[in-house]
Amino acid sequence: MRSKVVFARLLRNRQARYGAIALVLLVALAYIGPYIGPYDWTDKDFLSFLSPPSADHWWGTTTIGQDMYAVTLRGMQKSIIIGLLVALLATGLAALVGAFAGYFGGWVDKVLMWGVDLLLVLPSFLIIAIVSPRLKGASWLWFVALLAAFTWMITSRVVRSMTLSLREREYVLAAVYMGIPRWKIILRHIVPNLSSLLIIDATLNVSAAVIGEAALSFFGFGIQPPDVSLGTLIAEGSRNATGYPWLFAFPAGLLVVLVLSVNLLGDGLRDALDPGSNS
Amino acid sequence: MSILEVRDLNVTFPGGIEAVRGVSYEVSRGEVLGIVGESGSGKSVTSLAIMGLLPPNAVVSGSVKLHGKELLGLDEGKLTEVRGKSISMIFQDPLSAFTPVYTIGDQVAEAVRVHQKLPKDKAAKRAVELLDLVGIPHPDARAKSFPHEFSGGMRQRAMIAMAIANDPDLLICDEPTTALDVTIQAQVLEVLKTAQRETGAGIVMITHDLGVIAGMADRVLVMYAGRPVEQGRVDDIYSRPRMPYTMGLLASIPRIDGEQGPLVPIEGNPPSPVELPPGCPFAPRCPMKVDACDDEEPPLVEIGGGRQVACIRSREIEHKNLTGTDVFPVPVIPPSDAVRVPREQRPTVLELDDVIRHYPLMKGAVFKRRVGTVHAVDGISFDIAQGETLALVGESGCGKTTTLQQIMQLRAPERGRVVVLGRDSATLNKAAHKELRSELQIVFQDPMAALDPRMPVGDIIAEPLRAHGRKDVAVRVDELLRLVGLAPEHAARYPQHFSGGQRQRIGIARALALDPKVLVLDEPVSALDVSIQAGVINLLERLKNTLGLSYLFVAHDLAVVRHLADRVAVMYLGKITEIGAVEDVYDRPAHPYTQALLSAIPLPDPALERTRKRILLDGDLPSPADPPSGCRFRTRCPKFARLSQAEQRRCVDEEPLVARHANAMDHGVACHYAEEIEVITASEDQEEQ
Amino acid sequence: MGKYLLRRLAVNVILVAVAASLAYMLAATTMNPRAAYEGRQPPVAEAVVDATLDAYNLNDKTPVLQRYATWVSGVVTGDFGKTWNGGSVNDEMGRRIMVSLRLLLVGTLVGFALGVALGAYSAVKQYRFADRSIGVSSFVVMAIPVFVLATLLAIGTYNLNRGLGFTLIEYTGEYNPRLSGWDQLLNRLNHLILPTISLSLGSIAFYSRIQRSMMLDVLNQDFVRTAMAKGLRRRTALLKHALRTALIPAATYFAFAFGTMLTGATFTEKIFAWHGMGAWLIDSIQQNDVNAVAAVSFFSAVCVLAAAFLSDLLVAALDPRVRVS
Repeated sequence: MRSKVVFARLLRNRQARYGAIALVLLVALAYIGPYIGPYDWTDKDFLSFLSPPSADHWWGTTTIGQDMYAVTLRGMQKSIIIGLLVALLATGLAALVGAFAGYFGGWVDKVLMWGVDLLLVLPSFLIIAIVSPRLKGASWLWFVALLAAFTWMITSRVVRSMTLSLREREYVLAAVYMGIPRWKIILRHIVPNLSSLLIIDATLNVSAAVIGEAALSFFGFGIQPPDVSLGTLIAEGSRNATGYPWLFAFPAGLLVVLVLSVNLLGDGLRDALDPGSNS
Repeated sequence: MSILEVRDLNVTFPGGIEAVRGVSYEVSRGEVLGIVGESGSGKSVTSLAIMGLLPPNAVVSGSVKLHGKELLGLDEGKLTEVRGKSISMIFQDPLSAFTPVYTIGDQVAEAVRVHQKLPKDKAAKRAVELLDLVGIPHPDARAKSFPHEFSGGMRQRAMIAMAIANDPDLLICDEPTTALDVTIQAQVLEVLKTAQRETGAGIVMITHDLGVIAGMADRVLVMYAGRPVEQGRVDDIYSRPRMPYTMGLLASIPRIDGEQGPLVPIEGNPPSPVELPPGCPFAPRCPMKVDACDDEEPPLVEIGGGRQVACIRSREIEHKNLTGTDVFPVPVIPPSDAVRVPREQRPTVLELDDVIRHYPLMKGAVFKRRVGTVHAVDGISFDIAQGETLALVGESGCGKTTTLQQIMQLRAPERGRVVVLGRDSATLNKAAHKELRSELQIVFQDPMAALDPRMPVGDIIAEPLRAHGRKDVAVRVDELLRLVGLAPEHAARYPQHFSGGQRQRIGIARALALDPKVLVLDEPVSALDVSIQAGVINLLERLKNTLGLSYLFVAHDLAVVRHLADRVAVMYLGKITEIGAVEDVYDRPAHPYTQALLSAIPLPDPALERTRKRILLDGDLPSPADPPSGCRFRTRCPKFARLSQAEQRRCVDEEPLVARHANAMDHGVACHYAEEIEVITASEDQEEQ
Repeated sequence: MGKYLLRRLAVNVILVAVAASLAYMLAATTMNPRAAYEGRQPPVAEAVVDATLDAYNLNDKTPVLQRYATWVSGVVTGDFGKTWNGGSVNDEMGRRIMVSLRLLLVGTLVGFALGVALGAYSAVKQYRFADRSIGVSSFVVMAIPVFVLATLLAIGTYNLNRGLGFTLIEYTGEYNPRLSGWDQLLNRLNHLILPTISLSLGSIAFYSRIQRSMMLDVLNQDFVRTAMAKGLRRRTALLKHALRTALIPAATYFAFAFGTMLTGATFTEKIFAWHGMGAWLIDSIQQNDVNAVAAVSFFSAVCVLAAAFLSDLLVAALDPRVRVS
């Protein structure tokens, strides 16, 4: 019932509609596109290094003769997966820590929030950059874990403050007075009533994670060669951007469009799920 | 010559919401016009339309003339010359109506400077004078305070000061006292009367409270579903209502002067402004409805004596001299078996003995620190016998909600004992704790907040059943829904789809799910409109009598209490000041606070209201973090002021305890100089009895 | 009030200490300064390497806690140790710190002021053309990461200058050392243009969204209606009553946004070849320079907490409700 209403509102929201359509197209491009292109991302065309876009190499070639189209799509696949995984992990962690701290209060709250404050003191970029030398040669999933570990703090603060107000709601009090155990109250009354916030936040965390991955990879702290992501491609491209613009334009353009469409969808979801808000 | 003349005013919001449909009225100099209606009747939108303060997407048509000059369609420059100068407005919630970041003095001075060319210091001085005029103590110091440092009553006074700053011709008051406690309401209404005397302005008084209108208004306009349905002189409307809606409204209010018998509810809900019925909008709820009512909306017609009524059967009503109780079906409530046994022989279901509850008082949002202790509940004792309703009454900040939370927690209080059904809450083990939970349940004030918006009603009612491992949940849910007057098919819907009254019924069904013996009612009807309120009160009464329940009823509305309760305990600053049988306390109040409280409540009876003498209290409730020594009420006590100095000593030094008063069976008073005064003149029908 | 500020300050000092220590531990355990001496031709004797690393307190053969203790004893006297090749971290930091602070300060101020102004304007013109175009632009800007934006700006300026035939806008470095006096100052300002844009554009977009939604919340509130009922014009009521009140929540975001600003500065410095703290972080991580990394972390922690502290002060100054009298 409610989900129907939300869906209808979402469809009516122009931003969200454009965002969703763009996102679907981008994901389709990333996963179906490679089958259409003539080259595999590992292929090297020794006859054309750094050639501009042409009928053969749609988006041009790299310094070592890779097909830009195939490589960029491969990079986008990685960026999308990383974004989704990080958002899922980070939002889950945020919900858990926030609801726990908010509902139980007291020393649990103090300890958890002190930890959050501490993690907020140092920019996450800095910490991940410091740790990254260790990750050379390790699985990229470690990188995902690391990104997630430093993206959840602000959400968890929001979850906590909302839990604090939900805890005082009369329907939660009613459940307490019925003799329902606390963990059940958190799961049945608190988390479902936070779901709007969590869905919105998870969406916006996807774009944050995509940018975060690209930013770290830009300096070589993220995805390691021979694997590619949009970040590593942008880093590579920006060095030669004036002379060989296609190396920069395609990955950077796709990154911006990807982030933009996710943000539009997230903002539309906020309007649809939370009629009171204006943003 | 009328100051304001409104003709055929219509307001439509996007989505075809016709909020106001054809409102016409006029106000003369020095006259008070009362506009009555329930929420959504369009009464506030009307006044905002007059001020030109509606959002730009509202479509306004008709005519609003001030001193014969049309206001609708004026450009902003011309309109700002009128606003705050010729017409001023007083809003309902004085906290949100002041900008939080400027001082009260600056905001009043701003109102002065908008329309008068005064230098800053002169305007500031004028602001202080105005604050003095509306009775704010130490106005020069208080002018430098921010809105959050003012109490509700003081803020509303400051609001009035701001409204009369430029000597307006017309004051529009939109529910000016709804957010205030009764004793503060009495003060503010008094200030309004002063303001009217000072300025000679006409007043448009918008409220849902028929008592306030009875005391203030000269003429009354009743609105329903965006339309005026009856208009006339206040005495005529109250004594001889000619439109079934007005009749029902008057019959549905509980009265503090003790009319017995069940209240007359108006069934159903007001229509939604997007889908109005084709004919008379009240027809679906009207017991006098005939087929012709559905044909077309009856126009507002003159019936003589300056009265206008919009009802095709008004002649007949006039002719037969019908009243609400004649027309509306009077519900029959079965009597209780419990009352046949004398109170002393019935078991005690709930007992509080010298219970205290203190809070740390924190200050500041960014830099938090403890600045003191709030003595929220400070040693109160009472008991409830089986089958009885005890009402806990008092104004905000008196500790009644804290008391209720302390009981519901079923834990040991800081001091004293809470005994539920013979078991001390301090000594409960886990199993006993859970078992006792099923015996003691609660109904909350706000029917929206009390139901989880993400659960269907069936699950909400089933939750306590499942938590306590009951079988046959579905059958029981059906049964409970029927018990509270809803249909079993309602179980699949979500709380949002119900009206306030229906939601409150769902809340009651949930509370009854486990067959409790004691029900705690936390202001169960205060969020509801009058016509809906009566139905819920009757339901509560019926349930009590048929199921043998006992109620602890927490309320601030003394009229509802008189109707529902057997005994009443009056609280002030964490202490009980007077306790006893309802008849004793209401008819022979002996504590000065109770007397003031009862005298402050407006009666929905213009004749009585005009002759009544009010006991006005000075100032605000002292901070519960720093209560006065001895008797807590002495700082505002009218009696204390009349005592000799030697007598006053006793009030300052010695705390009065609740002592049995005179020879009454069940009447305790906590006052050294208790003395009965009659503050409510008995109504006619009671005298007949 | 003073007492609470002091207590707050004390808590912040502890947070800085803990954060910097954590950063040091992370850097000391994950980085390998020995790498700089490995694979050299001719090979350096291990004993020599150990001796050098010992002198710089970088030897991974020394237990990490012992190295930490040495580092701490230096830091409390104001000595941040030696860089990987024996230079003084303090000297390097002295050269770089003002470069970064200048950039951060200008970027923050421009971002906050312009963002708030645009957001407020946007809210007042809700659903009109101005609002929509500001909304769309801020969405697009927020989707462009700093490193893409900075690169785009650099390319654009390069092409612009080439087209014009002379250097209108500088796109690399902080200043031209050959100039002096007024020319030098103008040249410094010219060099500041692009980094400021790249650093503040994102926060302009961010603050404009925040301020817009805060302002819309406030616009529908009773006190704005009261102000108009008094006879104030809509514009006056909005500026004097609504904007002033809606600034309060925007000020609380100040603390959150500063961390992002620091990260942004790192990219900006690196791409426009400014020798600031951010660029140093990247270089020192690549050079396994543990003490330099710790020094940059210390600097970041101080900056973030100073921003949080300022944000609290700002809120207290703007909102009488949170002040403790």
